[in-house]
Amino acid sequence: MKIDPIHQFDIEPLFTIGQIGKQTIAFTNSSLYMFLSVAVISLLMIGGMARGQLVPGRLQSIAEISYEFVASTIRSTAGSEGLKFFPLIFSLFMFICISNLIGIIPYTFTVSSHIIVTAALAFLVFFTVLIYGLYKNGLKFFKIFVPSGVPIYILPLVMFIEVLSFFLRPVSHSVRLFANMLAGHIALKVFAGFVAMLGVSLGTIGWIGGMLPLALTVALTALELLVAFLQAYVFAILTCIYLNDAIHPGH
Amino acid sequence: MAEKGHGTGAHTGADGGHGGGFPPFESSTFASQLVSLTIAFVALYLIVSRIALPRVESVIGARQKAIEGDLAQAQALKDESESAIKAYETELASARARAQAIGNETREKLNAASEAERKKLEDQLTARLAGAEKQIAATRQNAMSNVRGIAADAASAIVQRLTGALPDSKTVNSAVDASLKG
Repeated sequence: MKIDPIHQFDIEPLFTIGQIGKQTIAFTNSSLYMFLSVAVISLLMIGGMARGQLVPGRLQSIAEISYEFVASTIRSTAGSEGLKFFPLIFSLFMFICISNLIGIIPYTFTVSSHIIVTAALAFLVFFTVLIYGLYKNGLKFFKIFVPSGVPIYILPLVMFIEVLSFFLRPVSHSVRLFANMLAGHIALKVFAGFVAMLGVSLGTIGWIGGMLPLALTVALTALELLVAFLQAYVFAILTCIYLNDAIHPGH
Repeated sequence: MAEKGHGTGAHTGADGGHGGGFPPFESSTFASQLVSLTIAFVALYLIVSRIALPRVESVIGARQKAIEGDLAQAQALKDESESAIKAYETELASARARAQAIGNETREKLNAASEAERKKLEDQLTARLAGAEKQIAATRQNAMSNVRGIAADAASAIVQRLTGALPDSKTVNSAVDASLKG
């Protein structure tokens, strides 16, 4: 039995939508899981709040906790002014979180294990920060590159580093999420593959020996559950911090 | 999205070279994924910003309002009960004061009455005592005068027995008087 931990990331076109230039635009398995995530979030947020009870039920509690969680994250990192971007950050957080959680279910596809998806989201944040920062503060926005209280003789160096780190933000922002999801799923697949491989090749002894990687797979699944949520949270909180620069460039 | 496509395109051009058959770096799938992601994310953003978040907000706001209303009602009821307790306490205090006043008044009245009674009784007793003393004095006077007569008679009789002659009553009387005085 051959273990192919990469196979799970394959993009398989389900049907063709159209064409842009020479590029064929297909509805892929990735598309399916993107829309599935959107559907699950809509179901949770709209279905859960449908009755809008004073004392919330289970689903309504989840919807309200998500709302409060994101709202308090924004308030603590970007201040009340950051709430302007609440829908954006909430969408980002929920999209990443739910698609990651769906991705843990065996035989599913993890949307954020593709760099193009995380990069697109990271650039969305990057350009939002850039455009809003320039629109709101004008040229004062560039103050974020000039930290206050730095001696004049090392200011050029600091400014160089600040500018570099600003433009590397979308890279680190996207690669962090992508790499975490990719590595986690590969590790899961490898350990799960060991179980089957040992069992098939060594017979009874192999099945007994396979208990160790099986236990590890269970533990890794739990870890992945945490990572799925944590990476969504990290992505959201970094978005807040970046937006904070656009809102208060003086800091 | 055009900008994003451009930005990520530059990225993957480099990666795709040494990525080989690694699916995340296969640039032929990027366009499809970006189109799907754009549609899905815009749809999600619209659903979230137009429907989901306002709905949650209104429910949380309604709950907040309900809680505040309940708290205000509870406060009002508490205030009411406190004022009732205060009214009860003042009522109780005034009742107690009134009871005390009535008690004092009654006690004074009774004291005065008993004092008067006592005085009357005392006067009566004093009067009776005075009468009795007077009577005693009169009786004594009477008895004393009788004593004088008896003494005179006895003296006369004794003298007659001793001397055989009846003494002069005048002399006997003066002698009796002298001995009575002495």
